[in-house]
Amino acid sequence: MSSTPFNGRRGYSHRRDRPPGRRWRSRLDVKAMPYALVSPYFLLFAAFGLFPLAFTLYYSLYDYDLAGTVEWTGLGNYTALLGDEDFWNAVVNTVSMFVIATVPQMLLALLLANGLNKRFRFRLPIRMSVLLPLVTSVVAVAVVFTQLYARDWGLVNWVLSWFGVDKTNWRAERIPSWIAIATMVDWRWTGYNAIIFLAGMQTIPRDLYEAAAIDGASRRRQFWQITLPMLRPTMIFVVLNSTIGGLTLFSEPTTFYNGNVDGGSQGQFQTVAMFIVKQGFREFDYGYAAAAAWLLFLLILIGAAINFLFVRRIGGTR
Amino acid sequence: MNNFSPTLATRLMLALAVVLSAFPLYWMLVIASRTNADAVAVPPPFLPGGNLGENIVAVLNNEDAKFLLGLTNSFIVSSIVTVSVVIISTLAGFAFANLTFKGRGVLLVLVLLTMAVPLQQMGVVPLYRLMVSLEWTGTLKAVILPYLLNGFGVFLMTQYTRQAVPMELVEAARVDGAATLRIWWNVVLPAVRPGMAVLGINTFMLMWNDFMWPLIVLTPDNPTVQIAITSLNARFSTNYTLIFAGTALSIIPLIAVFVAFGRQIVGGLMEGAVKA
Repeated sequence: MSSTPFNGRRGYSHRRDRPPGRRWRSRLDVKAMPYALVSPYFLLFAAFGLFPLAFTLYYSLYDYDLAGTVEWTGLGNYTALLGDEDFWNAVVNTVSMFVIATVPQMLLALLLANGLNKRFRFRLPIRMSVLLPLVTSVVAVAVVFTQLYARDWGLVNWVLSWFGVDKTNWRAERIPSWIAIATMVDWRWTGYNAIIFLAGMQTIPRDLYEAAAIDGASRRRQFWQITLPMLRPTMIFVVLNSTIGGLTLFSEPTTFYNGNVDGGSQGQFQTVAMFIVKQGFREFDYGYAAAAAWLLFLLILIGAAINFLFVRRIGGTR
Repeated sequence: MNNFSPTLATRLMLALAVVLSAFPLYWMLVIASRTNADAVAVPPPFLPGGNLGENIVAVLNNEDAKFLLGLTNSFIVSSIVTVSVVIISTLAGFAFANLTFKGRGVLLVLVLLTMAVPLQQMGVVPLYRLMVSLEWTGTLKAVILPYLLNGFGVFLMTQYTRQAVPMELVEAARVDGAATLRIWWNVVLPAVRPGMAVLGINTFMLMWNDFMWPLIVLTPDNPTVQIAITSLNARFSTNYTLIFAGTALSIIPLIAVFVAFGRQIVGGLMEGAVKA
């Protein structure tokens, strides 16, 4: 598969009629132009991707203080972080919210995708409407949910009161705040993941289901024995995506506290991304923030690896 | 027995999903169109009131909130970034899909790798320092520049071009004497327009929604719309109608995009997912 025109007989004869100057120019065009086409991406990436990554590593080895003095500290920031209660608090919050949000979200998205995969009227409008949350601004959603979760007049507490549940202070208490934030995340992403799962489901050949039905397999059994195993590649994609998104959570918890990165009065819902911003841009300790960024990356790698191994097992035993 | 006709339970679940998806947006409209006393009433009101216009005017006229400036800024930022990402991605996508050159495979893998790094969190400190030393903090340049490229865009357009533009078409154009850039303009761009639309909508929404970086690099007196909402929220923390009116304003462009291109968004997501 070659794209140079010199191989094709027709191309050659055409080309021979041209003056030598143009031939040279077109050879240059064929040889060099591809690099010119991809270079804007790589040049910009070098400036705004590679450079920051390298410098994050560099900064993380230095100690910056408020007065502006800079001191080499080697791995000092990293060891300090590992002994920093606030950092661990942020890690626990982030991982907890990620788990609380992701597990039900995946199940709901699968269920929803399975439903969307049926034949019914108004299919496109219904598929579109489950995507509606995705096209809404994150901050707007978080503002609305914050009001819904208000202690005294929030809709959530009001509805819960029908069932005899006492007023919950969703923002002040640790686990309720995690749940509140997890629902914001789920509201936004469940439909999106369902659509991705749906795309995966549509690649599964229909005769598999027909054969299973003839053999007497129930719908539920078909879902577990055909749909889930065939969906594994899609699931890996969705789960990895959710892992990166979940572990870098920032907008929802920040908006839940009026745009403040402390994550509540006791830091009960401060995430690692918020911790980084607080250290770097409220305390001006760039080195500490940079080291935290690398630890966040490590956390993401670990999370991705665990999820990958987990998904590979789903439906793997047949 | 047909596996593809929904049961009653499935129909109910779908109906519930539609209601739940729309409810917070409906709720936004309810509160944005009422008075502040209604917003904190128990039981809460469930129907829109008549104060929507009034509340929106109040938000736009509020000197502190800079809401109109926020809307304008977000529009500028999102548009510039969208145009840049689409151009860079279609150029690179064409090269990766239809041209042969040394190192193509390696470079494409590099693009894929860059997609896996959470750049926004990883690079935030040096990027901020860079903006400080260029004296760009507080300006829109600082928000725009780091987003001019997007690895996902290159990947998407490579996949899309590969499918939409057959090699024979490119070779035929070359035989006719067209130079590479001309082929891109006359042959590739018309064929990949649907892919460009999906990428463009995606990028626009992403930028309109961006929150963390503008929060760091901008000041409340020159905000993007998300920052403007946040300062509304902090300044008028008890005035829900104002906050909700501003919030409702902030999503109008996104809803407009969705109404116009919803079908393409669904289709694009589904296509992208299958190919990924």
